[in-house]
Amino acid sequence: MDNYKEIKKFAKRIRIDVLKMLVNLGFGHFGGSLSVVETLAVLYGAVMKVDPKNPDWDGRDYMVLSKGHAGPALYSTLAIKGFFEESELMTLNINGTHLPSHPDRLLTKGVDVTTGSLGQGISIAAGIALAERLSGKDNRVFSIVGDGELNEGQCWEAFQFIAHHNLNNLVTFVDYNKQQLDGTLEEIIRPFSFVEKFNAFGFEAVQVKGDDIEGIYNLLKDKRSEKQKPLAIILDTKKGQGVKYIENLKNSHHLRLTDEIKIEIEKAIIEIEKEAE
Amino acid sequence: MYKVSKERKKDELEMRKVYSATLKELMEKDARITALEADLMSSMTMDLLQKELPNRVINCGIMEANIIGMAGGLSIAGKIPFVHTFTAFASRRCFDQLFMSVSYQKNNVKVIASDAGVTAVHNGGTHMSFEDMGIVRGLAGSIVLEATDAVMFTDIIKQTAEKYGFYWIRTMRKNAEKIYEDGSTFEIGKGNVLKDGKDITLIANGIMVSEALKAADKLEKEGHSVAVIDMFTLKPIDKDLIIKYAKQTGKIVTCENHSIHNGLGSAVAEVLSENYPVKMKRVGINERYGQVGTLDFLMKEYGLISDNMYEEAKKLLG
Repeated sequence: MDNYKEIKKFAKRIRIDVLKMLVNLGFGHFGGSLSVVETLAVLYGAVMKVDPKNPDWDGRDYMVLSKGHAGPALYSTLAIKGFFEESELMTLNINGTHLPSHPDRLLTKGVDVTTGSLGQGISIAAGIALAERLSGKDNRVFSIVGDGELNEGQCWEAFQFIAHHNLNNLVTFVDYNKQQLDGTLEEIIRPFSFVEKFNAFGFEAVQVKGDDIEGIYNLLKDKRSEKQKPLAIILDTKKGQGVKYIENLKNSHHLRLTDEIKIEIEKAIIEIEKEAE
Repeated sequence: MYKVSKERKKDELEMRKVYSATLKELMEKDARITALEADLMSSMTMDLLQKELPNRVINCGIMEANIIGMAGGLSIAGKIPFVHTFTAFASRRCFDQLFMSVSYQKNNVKVIASDAGVTAVHNGGTHMSFEDMGIVRGLAGSIVLEATDAVMFTDIIKQTAEKYGFYWIRTMRKNAEKIYEDGSTFEIGKGNVLKDGKDITLIANGIMVSEALKAADKLEKEGHSVAVIDMFTLKPIDKDLIIKYAKQTGKIVTCENHSIHNGLGSAVAEVLSENYPVKMKRVGINERYGQVGTLDFLMKEYGLISDNMYEEAKKLLG
């Protein structure tokens, strides 16, 4: 890819903003926000057609962040992209904010779909993809679903529909960070093989390292041809990705910052800032 | 404007045929109209429309949660989705989807909920919803309607296609009792006064409207002056009309093919108790579930008949 360095830098900026906004707030969904950072950087930096000055442009590609708790990562991405001022990020979750924990399409410029109640985003994405196809448009729809979220039966209803209608204008990402709120997927609901599951459901499933910017880009750079199956990209990620201290925590789904955690994260911010220069 | 039909008879057209015929007309005019079905397409005669317009009628299979979510997505991308399935499954099965994918994010979705209450007949208790309007009216901004007859159903389908928002339209599938003259139009949010009266007011919706008219006939034979209101919009309910008739008649009986908890009876009681309390009685399903049977049998079994309304009215009239 031509702009690999730029995308890498974009990812670092998103990561720094996520950390800063959550440190500023003192609590939040750190783990699952950090794990999708590189994917969002590739999508918004090199793949998606969007217009920050005209967020509702009908030629845009759509993002459905089905795992709504990664809202802070999406907000950082949108702010850096220019949908709104980066300084607004520090209003995350304060009373009367435009940036609630979970994305709200009625509150935030650039948020296409309200999510938060898990399991529903893929269906909404399927509806958008169907609508675009019925309208003869070639926009794409990108949806990111959590691995724990795939406990929800509704996701699999939606996957059946997507495959049956071959809605290959929709790309499904699974953030396979191996942890859900109360523990690991292995402990709570064993996923077996996501790749095999998606293939069996009629998708073309590919697993890629969740921080492999070029790998993710290469899967997305071309639109699917008519006969290709819908793509499911299993992102092999780490909860807390890119911040060693958080990666090593047993449970980072939602963190309330102690002095120790705060010091560690502030150190991490400085390190990432140095790398980004 | 509506006119009350002088003749008491069944509609010639089944409600399901009203739905498919009206959607056909709308789809031919407006490319945004899209119909989603949940493997109950033939039950609603939508299979015939799908043959004509295969890209506009989508049979999504048996996955109500996904269908409601997809309707939200279609709305976001500028379509006007109509979703049909049985009342029970459209409400109980996917309430959180109605909440988040539709109502909370202000999507433009119309749900056609068929087989209202006991009209699910031989599908029995599992398929009977006495709760749906109560559930849906709890969603902020929802508009909750029950079609009374074919003339009204046609008109409100057309109106809701043009109005942005989440509409819940409850109906039976077969032939309703004809209440309105052909060509009548209706104002959503306003109750229809079918008969004026001074002594008592019967407020009904759905299949109970024709029963209310029968009950009124019987009461009038005994010298009572009875008003009958078709409250086809459960939400937003016509407060002014309820208050007016509370003042005018001092007594109210509500009648619904739905639980008396959180349905029409509750909605009317809320208005009365906050504004102008008068004695009232509620006719409807009271702490029971459904069962199989013919419509006549079920209406008698659950007290959804004019005789029961007459009895309740007499208790108030003394």
